[in-house]
Amino acid sequence: MTDEVRVSVSSDADVVEAREKGRELSATLGFSSIDLTLIVTAISEVARNILLYAKQGEIVLRLDNNGGQHGIVVVARDDGPGIPDLELAMRDSYSTGNGLGLGLPGARRLMDEFEIESEISKGTTIVMKKWAPERV
Amino acid sequence: MAVPILKQGHYLIASIQAALSDSDVLQLQDDLVEQVGRFRSRGIIVDVTALDVMDSFASRSLRGIAHMTRLRGAETVIVGIQPEVAFAMVQLGMSLEDVHTALDLEEGLSFLDTQLKESTDGDR
Ligand SMILES: Nc1ncnc2c1ncn2[C@@H]1O[C@H](COP(=O)(O)OP(=O)(O)OP(=O)(O)O)[C@@H](O)[C@H]1O
Ligand SMILES: [Mg+2]
Repeated sequence: MTDEVRVSVSSDADVVEAREKGRELSATLGFSSIDLTLIVTAISEVARNILLYAKQGEIVLRLDNNGGQHGIVVVARDDGPGIPDLELAMRDSYSTGNGLGLGLPGARRLMDEFEIESEISKGTTIVMKKWAPERV
Repeated sequence: MAVPILKQGHYLIASIQAALSDSDVLQLQDDLVEQVGRFRSRGIIVDVTALDVMDSFASRSLRGIAHMTRLRGAETVIVGIQPEVAFAMVQLGMSLEDVHTALDLEEGLSFLDTQLKESTDGDR
C-alpha cells in the first residue's frame, strides 16, 4: 500500500480525481462514511480554488500517525498569485470571484486541522488533517 | 460524464449517474434551461442519489438551475440528497433554502403534481 498519493490539478477532471483518491486513501483508515464525505468535500474546495485562482497546482494525500492515532493529511499547493489578506479570505462569504466565499472557511470546519500559508506572487499552501477514530 | 435527461409528460428528469465535474454541472444547467424552453416543461427533477459529494460549486449550480428554470415557468425539485452529503453541506455553510428538495423521485413527482395542480387551479 502506498501512503502518499499526488494528483496534479490543472483541469476540472483533476478535481474529481483528487476527490476519488482522497476517498480511497482515507477509507483505509476506517473513517465513517460521514467523515469520508467531509474529507472529500474539503478536498474538492481546495482543489477547485487551485484551478480557479492559480490555474494549476497539486494535491498531495498522505497518512499520518500521531502517537498511535491515524489520520489523513491533505496538502494543496500552488505557485499562483497568493492571497493578499488571509484573514479576509478565511471569512465566510468573502470571495474575489463569483463564489459563495465558503470554500476556505468551510474546509476548515470540515477538517480537524487546517493551516494556510500564502505569499503574493509565490503561491499558496494549505495543510489540513482529519484524525480517524481509534480502532478497538 | 453528461447527465441524461428524460422527458416525462410535463416534466424533465435528470438523473446524475456518476461523479460530476464542474463542466458536467454547467452542461446540465445549459441543457435543462434549453429543454424547459423547448418542451415547455412545468417541472424538473434533479436526482442526486448517486452523488457522494456536493461542494460549494455544485450546490451553487443546482440553485442556479432552480432559479433560471423558474424564470422559464418550471419548478425544480432536488431529490435524493444523501444524509452524509446533507451533513457536509451544513458544515460547509451552504443551504439550499430556496430550493425544493424531496426524499426520492416518487416524492419529488408528487410534489410537482401538487404544484402544477395548484397553479392550473389558480389560472381558472
Ligand atoms: N489557491 C489560491 N490562490 C489564490 N487565491 C486564492 C486561493 N484560494 C482561495 N483564494 C482567494 O480566497 C478567496 C476565498 O476563497 P473561498 O474558497 O473561501 O471562496 P470562493 O472560492 O471565492 O467561493 P466558493 O469556494 O464558495 O465557491 C477567493 O475568492 C480567492 O480570492
Ligand atoms: Mg473556493
